[in-house]
Amino acid sequence: MSPRRKRRSNGAIAAAFKTCAKERRSAFIPFLVAGDPSLEATPDLLRALVAGGADVIELGVAFSDPIADGPTIQRASHRALAAGSSLSAVLGIVERHREELGVPIVLFTYYNPVHARGVENFAAQAAASGVDGVLCVDLPPDEGLRELQPALEERGVDSIYLIAATSTRERIDRAAAASNGFVYYTARSDVTGEREDLIPTLAREVKRVRRRVRLPVAVGFGISTPEQVEEVAQVAHGVVVGSSLVRLVEENAAEADLAARLERRVTELTAPLRR
Amino acid sequence: MKVRTPLAAAALEPDEGGRYGVYGGRYAPETLMAPLEELSRAYDKLRRKRTFQRRLNHLLEHYVGRPTPLYFAERLTEHLGGARIYLKREDLLHTGAHKINNALGQVLLAKEMGKTRIIAETGAGQHGVATATAAALLGLDCVVYMGEEDMRRQRLNVYRMQLLGAEVAAVDAGSRTLKDAINEAFRDWVASFADTHYVLGTVTGPEPYPRMVRQFHSVIGSEARRQLRRLAGTPDPDVAVACVGGGSNAMGLFSAFLDRPDVLLVGVEAGGRGPELGDHAARFSGGTLGVLHGARTLVLQDEEGQVVGTHSVSAGLDYPAVGPEHVFLHDEGQIEFTSATDQEAIEGFHLLSATEGILPALESAHAIAEVTRRAPGMDGDQVILVNLSGRGDKDVESVLEYDAGDAE
Repeated sequence: MSPRRKRRSNGAIAAAFKTCAKERRSAFIPFLVAGDPSLEATPDLLRALVAGGADVIELGVAFSDPIADGPTIQRASHRALAAGSSLSAVLGIVERHREELGVPIVLFTYYNPVHARGVENFAAQAAASGVDGVLCVDLPPDEGLRELQPALEERGVDSIYLIAATSTRERIDRAAAASNGFVYYTARSDVTGEREDLIPTLAREVKRVRRRVRLPVAVGFGISTPEQVEEVAQVAHGVVVGSSLVRLVEENAAEADLAARLERRVTELTAPLRR
Repeated sequence: MKVRTPLAAAALEPDEGGRYGVYGGRYAPETLMAPLEELSRAYDKLRRKRTFQRRLNHLLEHYVGRPTPLYFAERLTEHLGGARIYLKREDLLHTGAHKINNALGQVLLAKEMGKTRIIAETGAGQHGVATATAAALLGLDCVVYMGEEDMRRQRLNVYRMQLLGAEVAAVDAGSRTLKDAINEAFRDWVASFADTHYVLGTVTGPEPYPRMVRQFHSVIGSEARRQLRRLAGTPDPDVAVACVGGGSNAMGLFSAFLDRPDVLLVGVEAGGRGPELGDHAARFSGGTLGVLHGARTLVLQDEEGQVVGTHSVSAGLDYPAVGPEHVFLHDEGQIEFTSATDQEAIEGFHLLSATEGILPALESAHAIAEVTRRAPGMDGDQVILVNLSGRGDKDVESVLEYDAGDAE
């Protein structure tokens, strides 16, 4: 078991998972790239996620060089940046809408935009804006524990780390010990994107992780259908859906009822969790 | 004459986390952390193994063509009227640039690790060609990622890689240059590391790449010292000059002189069209501290931490970040950095062609440009050592295009 010390957290993410546990279901954690298709559209899309049943929102901060993302999220990042999105703009959105949305928000990004702002500055602004957690794809605990986590922790913002299929026991323990709120298990060794099938060993892999981690384990990467959500929910405390929602936004960006379409899709995806 | 105070030997090695001071490190997605740890272990084991070193040295001598000559550029020296100029002729290596030193080393390492597939990124195409060559030699599959813009600029190298049996995968994302090719190679590797080794082509990236790539190129500097002693009567030049994209040829040359207090080390970046952000690849004048492609280093970026486009007439220098050890050594007063514009590099290209009958790669032409500025102010008994990192055949079309545009 991983050692875990008590530390400061605003507790919102833990509370969201606790609520789900009480309802005997997994949490649904949708991902969108903030500012795609536009900064103006984003608040409506976030409301749609909540209306459709989101328990926690992973809000993507676009980065120019997303090395862990497949084509769908690459294109979304590009659109968002072209539409003027930035870490500043995303913090502004969270500040204006976090309270109204009522669910915890995890910023999901690469480290450079955070680093460029200065970690102390970033942590202070994130906390003040109401950000509940931060996950930087390219900031493993090896670096994150020294660099970013102390600043976030001081202000009660959770650090969330990835665990991968390649993570050794030592690495799982390290990520688990470092994380607050939940850990994110990436269901396949690949870039982000939709896949027709889940990997056959997923249940076993998630159990391997769960045995070593006391925090809730959310699973993502390649999950896009209600059937897959249902299957993953059997073994995970949380189910993350990203690329398929990002693609829906891409394909319906010009439609007046984009938010309604997104809400319908999220409702479909969360249906298996509410049965 | 002492021009700097060298660092203690211990300060020249990165720490366990791959950090040079506050630079470097291992900023990678979790999926790649275990493969990177495996690579560090495999490399540390092999570099101490005599059979591996012997095999690599044998190939470097008989296949690649080491040692490369050190050449006294007499007519260029006369023309500039100052310091004596010596060229380290990495351009004469098999495949036409220093890149093969590292590519062969890493592909040999990959083979020892049991990998069957090689991936690489390339800008100018030289690293791609070198990697494709090593993969062909050792019988491994090879995919080279290359930005579409670079494929246009370097179409002969694209065909060379294909002739060597490699697949050249076009990258149409972002600026369609070297940085985007590296992004794509990492994306491939995240899914393929089980049977694939990523041959990163320069002294950046996550630990262990910076120190590994430097080590494979350090032969450049050690040879040059030996040769200078024989040719110029001193192993230590007054000034050593190399161009710096990621900085592999420069680290290869400079590594032999880091403990020599009387050698001034000068790195030359791409000044491009001018000093405005986006018009050049001069990280030391326009960059700020950032994290890109696995390393904490100087990055050309905007205030929001988005990496900006770069420009250079030379595809191999057209990259927004620089090897972390360079930044560390710059901070410590060990390496001086300057830049040469497109125009100056083109002039350097013409000058070396006309005075010495040597077409330098446009990358190396940036180093020549610095020599033309520096040599005339130096005494006739002083020595400048230049790393002529590659040959310019690949750039003839670019130079033609540039000169035609200039004439309009």
